[in-house]
Amino acid sequence: MSFKPLYIFIALCISYLLYTAYIYTMPIYKVQKGKQENTKAGNGKLVWQKFNCQSCHQLYGLGGYLGPDLTNVYSNKGENVIKAMVASGIKAMPAFTLSDAEQNNLIEFLKQVDASGSGDYRNYRVTSFGMIELP
Amino acid sequence: MSENTNSGKAFLILAILMLLGGLVFGLLASFVYIDSQFLKDTLGFVALRPMHVSLVVFWIIIGASGSVLTALQDIKPKSLNPKLLYIHILCWLVAIIGVISSYLKHDFGGREYWEFNPVWALPIAFSWILYLIQFFAVAKTIEKWPVYIWMWMTGGVFFLFIFSENYLWLFPYFREHFITDMTIQWKVNGSLVGAWNQLIYGVSFFLMDKISGNKNVGQNKTAFFMYFLGLFNLMFNWGHHVYTLPTANYVRYIGYTVSMTEWILFIRIIINWKKDLTTAQKHFHYFPYRFLLASEIWVFLNLTAALFMSIPAFNIYTHGTHFTVAHSMGTTIGINTMILLAACFVFFSNACHSYNKSTKILNTTFWILQFSLFTFWLSLKLAGIKKGIWQNSSTQSNYHQLMQSLEPYFIVFVIAGVILLITLSIFGVTILYNHYACKIKTSSSIQTSNSTTI
Repeated sequence: MSFKPLYIFIALCISYLLYTAYIYTMPIYKVQKGKQENTKAGNGKLVWQKFNCQSCHQLYGLGGYLGPDLTNVYSNKGENVIKAMVASGIKAMPAFTLSDAEQNNLIEFLKQVDASGSGDYRNYRVTSFGMIELP
Repeated sequence: MSENTNSGKAFLILAILMLLGGLVFGLLASFVYIDSQFLKDTLGFVALRPMHVSLVVFWIIIGASGSVLTALQDIKPKSLNPKLLYIHILCWLVAIIGVISSYLKHDFGGREYWEFNPVWALPIAFSWILYLIQFFAVAKTIEKWPVYIWMWMTGGVFFLFIFSENYLWLFPYFREHFITDMTIQWKVNGSLVGAWNQLIYGVSFFLMDKISGNKNVGQNKTAFFMYFLGLFNLMFNWGHHVYTLPTANYVRYIGYTVSMTEWILFIRIIINWKKDLTTAQKHFHYFPYRFLLASEIWVFLNLTAALFMSIPAFNIYTHGTHFTVAHSMGTTIGINTMILLAACFVFFSNACHSYNKSTKILNTTFWILQFSLFTFWLSLKLAGIKKGIWQNSSTQSNYHQLMQSLEPYFIVFVIAGVILLITLSIFGVTILYNHYACKIKTSSSIQTSNSTTI
């Protein structure tokens, strides 16, 4: 009995490490844009983190619950409205001071998020298995 | 508990202080839901929320590792290295001061739940390495590990691995596309919870072993089956957090399939309820046991909700809503906190306060805590259901109108939160007060007896 838990433990750990390695090395989302846009969007994610936007806002339903989900804010509201909201604040949201580079990177990030899909669950289709199909 | 467990208790004292701080910031953050201008120009919700989350997470992980160290000292007295323990606690103090100052200065940068400047992750990781060194030094001397030693080993090792994984975003390769980044982020968040649950459920097994005096609790095959089921879910069920994210399909299917294995736990609770009830009646008089019993009831409630949330067709109604918040609160307070409080009451029982039987105040506080937690949990669940219906409705009002319609639920949630703060503080302060009062009493009586002898 004493050796059996160790074998099961090792087998599970190996499976976990393989799964982890697979996720790291296989691109989950195929990047179609140029390198420059990806870097800008990647830096925009850092701006999102620097100002802790995630404490109130969500992307694909993941994040804080005080403010609205911003998955498709780029196509729904447009670049100028986003910039104005960030600069002026609204209700519990304070006004943020971003440099031009930070502002542009944040917009590029939100553009990338928007282009990745729809955060509106009404567009999702439920299959017979109980799974959902994304639009 | 013997005096050998003193250094482990230092971690529990630090953890209790984190709980008290976390509760205060949680309450302040909740006020923003009913008054959007509350502290807006000072800390703001942007700092209050992470402050609350981080301090509560610290309560859980310092409390869990502290409980393990205290238990190890109880199993093998004088086996831990005191110097390493001092460095270990020093690391935590540095991390706590750094994290709090990071939030106060609005110096963010990390991802959700770990929003502080990433530099403060270093003392946390280092403290964890020290924990593992201490753990393995003792564990290697124990023959035929009971299930809780396996769980402590698993929780410790996986926490360090996953915590490091949490910072992969620092490398541009991992953050180049946010879908990849978010998939890894939620792989981490899901598995980290699984890792600390291993530590805490291990503590629960240890306590039951101790309370019942039945060594079979930690050695039987069912316990090992449950451990491996938990480990399997820790590793592979995290996909249920990202059903709505346009990530690879296999992530969704693996997450869904693995999550469904938790029905085994659910069915087991139903089948064993009569046996569990007999055990509960047998030990109910022992005050710390009541927290373990409460945690089991909260496991049932949260597991039931979690099973439905793990079905994607239901998940689109609960994801991104307060239904999920209720789940996080229900598990961290209802399960993790209850087990850790049970551990604190057992580990801090001493010559002055045995906690074997409850006083009237502790008993009343216990029941008020359970009812306020249920009200708190239910108000969030109902707010979540309402938001879930809104986000799937064809005639959707705007977000501001939705939040206004949820205000009655938020008021109940805040009132229940105030009661939770008071009741949990009573327990925290009672443990700390009795511990130090007894220390003073014992040291003064030793001094008196020494002077009499002289």
